[in-house]
Amino acid sequence: MNFMASKQPENSLLGPEADSQRTLYPYVTGTSVVALKYKDGILMAADMGGSYGSTLRYKNVERMKAIGKHSLLGASGEISDFQEILRYLDDLILYDNMWDDGNSLGPKEVHNYLTRVMYNRRNKFNPLWNSLVLGGIKNGQKYLGTVSMIGVNFEDDHVATGFGNHLARPILRQEWHENLSFEDGVKLLEKCMRVLLYRDRSAINKLQIAKITEEGMTISQPYSLKTYWEFSAFENPTQGAVGSW
Amino acid sequence: MFRNQYDTDVTTWSPAGRLFQVEYAMEAVKQGSAAIGLRSKTHIVLGCVNKANSELSSHQKKIFKVDDHIGVAIAGLTADGRVLSRYMRNECINYSFTYESPLPVGRLVVQLADKAQVCTQRSWKRPYGVGLLVAGLDESGAHLYYNCPSGNYFEYQAFAIGSRSQAAKTYLERRFENFADSSRDDLVKDALMAIRETLQGETLKSSICTVAVVGVGEPFHILDLETVQQMIDAFEIVGEQEGPAAEPDAAAAADQGGSTEEGVAPMDI
Repeated sequence: MNFMASKQPENSLLGPEADSQRTLYPYVTGTSVVALKYKDGILMAADMGGSYGSTLRYKNVERMKAIGKHSLLGASGEISDFQEILRYLDDLILYDNMWDDGNSLGPKEVHNYLTRVMYNRRNKFNPLWNSLVLGGIKNGQKYLGTVSMIGVNFEDDHVATGFGNHLARPILRQEWHENLSFEDGVKLLEKCMRVLLYRDRSAINKLQIAKITEEGMTISQPYSLKTYWEFSAFENPTQGAVGSW
Repeated sequence: MFRNQYDTDVTTWSPAGRLFQVEYAMEAVKQGSAAIGLRSKTHIVLGCVNKANSELSSHQKKIFKVDDHIGVAIAGLTADGRVLSRYMRNECINYSFTYESPLPVGRLVVQLADKAQVCTQRSWKRPYGVGLLVAGLDESGAHLYYNCPSGNYFEYQAFAIGSRSQAAKTYLERRFENFADSSRDDLVKDALMAIRETLQGETLKSSICTVAVVGVGEPFHILDLETVQQMIDAFEIVGEQEGPAAEPDAAAAADQGGSTEEGVAPMDI
């Protein structure tokens, strides 16, 4: 009996590619993205953290980018895959512009393109490890959608990725309404981001809010949220603690 | 004078700087039965004359639906037209699948023109012998394009191709300024009148013509025989008062004959 480990990889069914060509797990990751539709367009928020496992390693990562004239893309998950997606989209928008006719790809088209990319990668067992949020406005029509790393996609009035789904969406379901003003939209997003900051281990207190309207995309300078820690339970945390063993 | 020496290959220029094979391909378009197209701001109507070879046979299909928002009418080698329609349908459906959005007709037309151009620059190919009137809607409104075998394309308010199309063109030239604001039904009526012009006195009935419409809120579809006959009956009465347009026979003859004498190369226009 030959107990030597065979050099033939177990995934020989998948062809000659070695295992190192497949995505197995993410390395540098971004956490939640939260976005909502408001009166003039879309507002999106994401912090600037890039975690390396449990280490909050990079603190100046811009996880939201403008795509063409009409769209805004936010991503959580593997940062290098996000950068790869930006390269694909750069090519896409370039070729779209090169037609030089009156037509341009709107947020709906970009969203569906991304869905195709993510789903096709998933089918090859080599996913781009991201959850994407794509928002935009074209000819007065607001659009907000999301795509996951396995290609699940949908549109909604407010979306979030990762922890945002569990912590931010319930707040948005209660408090979102049609035609929010810019200030109310920002306040609502900050409320969501604050909860995420308290409760998500990979969140950092340095965030940006981006907005996209018919006029274009603007992204705020990074800033931090005020947090409150003066709860009496925090003052003497071990007071009521039962002994460990 | 030099035609016979330089017209064997599509990849051979004539001394006058012409590609005779391409011009001959455009000649094939002129031999096909007529197709016309006209548009308003919101609708485009395509029409064609269907001449069957004999009473026993059916007529060839000359109008094809390419997508809900695009349709095409062809004149010339219908087999080439069929193949190009299949290409167009493929492009539209692939775009729809990737982007969940209709392919802008302006882009389809450019892709079609580029495809035709390839055949004018390969020694092992021949140009497509079919002219296409592409009707479609996109973001910027209603469009009508003409794609010819040379690989050129033009946008039109109204146009006619095929045999005896000059008669229809004359009719359209007189009326085209009103088309932009025409209602859908008026546009169809004008299309039928234009088709009638190409029939040179033969009675217009729905069995010898096909009409198709595409517009805002109205996906591309071919009108059925009863509807067409009703519209013909509705204006035939008015038609008696107007009388068929009196264009000289010379214009029709010049259209069919050889306008490929030495002089202006057709594809430069």
